[in-house]
Amino acid sequence: MHFVVCAKQIPDPETPPSAFKIDAATNKVVPAQGFQPVLSQFDGIAAEAALRIKESAGGDAKITVLSMGAESAQAAIKQVLAMGADEGVLLQDAAFDGGDSHTTAKVLAAAIKNLGDVDAVFCGRQSADWDMGQVGLLIAEELGWPVAILAKDVQIADSTMTTTRVLADGYETVAQALPAVVTVSNEFGEPRYPKLQQIMQAAKKTVTTQTHADLGLDPSEVGAAGSRLKLERLFIPEAGGMVELIVGDNPAEQARNLVAKLQADKVL
Amino acid sequence: MARNILVVGELDAGAVSSTTAELIGQATRLADGGQVSVTLLGSGAAGAAAAAFEAGADRAFTGDDAGYDNYNSDSWVSAVENAVGQASAEAVFIAQSVVGRDMGPRIAARLGSAVAMDCVDVTDDGGALKATRPCYGGNARATYGFATSPAVATIRAKAFDPIAPRAGASGETVDLGAPAASRTTIVGRELAEASGLQITDAPIVVSGGRGLGGPEGFEVVEALAAAFGTNRAAVGASRAACDLGWYPVSQQVGLTGKVVTPDLYVAIAISGASQHMAGCSGSKMIIAVNRDPDANIFSAAKYGIVGDYKQVVPALIEALKAAS
Ligand SMILES: Cc1cc2nc3c(=O)[nH]c(=O)nc-3n(C[C@H](O)[C@H](O)[C@H](O)COP(=O)(O)OP(=O)(O)OC[C@H]3O[C@@H](n4cnc5c(N)ncnc54)[C@H](O)[C@@H]3O)c2cc1C
Ligand SMILES: Nc1ncnc2c1ncn2[C@@H]1O[C@H](COP(=O)(O)O)[C@@H](O)[C@H]1O
Repeated sequence: MHFVVCAKQIPDPETPPSAFKIDAATNKVVPAQGFQPVLSQFDGIAAEAALRIKESAGGDAKITVLSMGAESAQAAIKQVLAMGADEGVLLQDAAFDGGDSHTTAKVLAAAIKNLGDVDAVFCGRQSADWDMGQVGLLIAEELGWPVAILAKDVQIADSTMTTTRVLADGYETVAQALPAVVTVSNEFGEPRYPKLQQIMQAAKKTVTTQTHADLGLDPSEVGAAGSRLKLERLFIPEAGGMVELIVGDNPAEQARNLVAKLQADKVL
Repeated sequence: MARNILVVGELDAGAVSSTTAELIGQATRLADGGQVSVTLLGSGAAGAAAAAFEAGADRAFTGDDAGYDNYNSDSWVSAVENAVGQASAEAVFIAQSVVGRDMGPRIAARLGSAVAMDCVDVTDDGGALKATRPCYGGNARATYGFATSPAVATIRAKAFDPIAPRAGASGETVDLGAPAASRTTIVGRELAEASGLQITDAPIVVSGGRGLGGPEGFEVVEALAAAFGTNRAAVGASRAACDLGWYPVSQQVGLTGKVVTPDLYVAIAISGASQHMAGCSGSKMIIAVNRDPDANIFSAAKYGIVGDYKQVVPALIEALKAAS
């Protein structure tokens, strides 16, 4: 079996709101001082899902990590390789810049077609920067494969992918024939933490780089040129007013004062 | 400029869901003389059409067939694609729900267009639709335009008001027929007992975080919720608390949990990370108890008490009891 994990590198989502800045002229996030870009959280979980299936198949599966991004995204690929994936492909090309979910999925789907023999694609439920939650579904549409989203459990056996997915008020288990795409949610559990030895091994694993030409894509179909959704403005929403900290000689008095405020505001 | 809009409706126990009515409401405001259509799929769809007309729809595309119950991606996408064609829709609105998260990208791809997910606003800007949505874990908002048509948007519950019901309004009903075959087999479903007040409906939500120190802290939070009165307050939790297994994931508030919009949100021992605020910043009022005066939660709160919840919360319970 051959699995693909789609892994994106993003600005650290744990950057405190006070350090989060936007450059209004370019509609881009200004990298926060002291915060390194990270592997998008859910993509680590997607890798964990693929690895567990590989292990339950007695190791009889190959896992390829795909990332579209800048040279720095090598670090995200290496992290998934250190977790246990086998090979990496960095999709790097100035022509990919300024794209949207559609062009991202177009590039990733072309890379998956290039690999030829892929049985299942594992994505995160959403990238933890733009929070869109589209690319997995769009890859499935590009490839004409079925897709299950928001997985908290995935099993693959007998050419069938069985996914338990998160609903608003419970879970649903669905079965789909391979090849298929799955997007994995945080309910799946924590990704493994690579050991030092695995990190050193990962450094030796192959990571190839591909451009639009390698994928047989025209520059007009990718990046800003091919995008359908146009970002017009990125901004920080206005904060509310100042908090009023309730004082008092002791917690009991503070509590009474707060309840009095709530009564005056007619929320009680 | 007149535009035809299709709303992908959802049924809630055979009735038009409240979010569907909100989406139809906004569609009537943006149609500008164009037609507003709605798809209704599942048992009871035909009967629900009347309510959709009262909510503002001109046309209902129905698939009154139990085969559409329990959203099955492929058959719903085919039915909606069919309706988009018949309605000549230039915009498609879908709730950001279990349905919308799956349907939005798939229908956009089928139509050769794009979707903006999880929108909190959709406006008409000189004839073009613009969609605004939170991103970067709630730290930022992004406004998008569409280079392709139809413009597809998944929209948050309570982002828009429904219109005042048009009593006795009627419209045209078009049958979409039986569901198309699907590549997905639903093997089983396990639904949590929806017992009592849900955090998404409750007028007051009291949430606890990692600062509670353990699952027993939630007993104190539950007691505070009860002190607001019978059936008034539901209990939520931060992701950190849920991840630690202190409270059920079904109660998680935030970006990857539920979005709540109560009149009053009470955050106990929650730091107020942007991804948590993404789920509660639409509350009418936020109050917070935290021992750290610099906690980010205070920047969103109207009132706050700096202190140990173990002292403050029991005092609050007493004060609420005394006041009622
Ligand atoms: C992609 C992504 C998605 C996420 N989705 C969500 C989500 O949906 N929901 C969510 O909640 N989080 C989410 N998070 C996690 C989020 O970033 C925070 O890590 C999380 O919200 C922190 O939870 P907390 O406030 O309970 O814990 P902490 O940040 O640890 O805060 C605990 C607070 O308790 C206070 N405290 C400690 N002891 C006491 C005491 N005795 N009395 C009073 N106060 C006390 C502390 O001062 C502190 O402010 C997400 C993160 C990422 C990256
Ligand atoms: N640039 C990228 N490179 C690799 N995978 C990506 C990229 N962008 C998105 N993905 C995958 O698609 C998922 C959903 O992304 P999004 O639709 O952007 O929220 C992510 O969790 C990744 O698995």
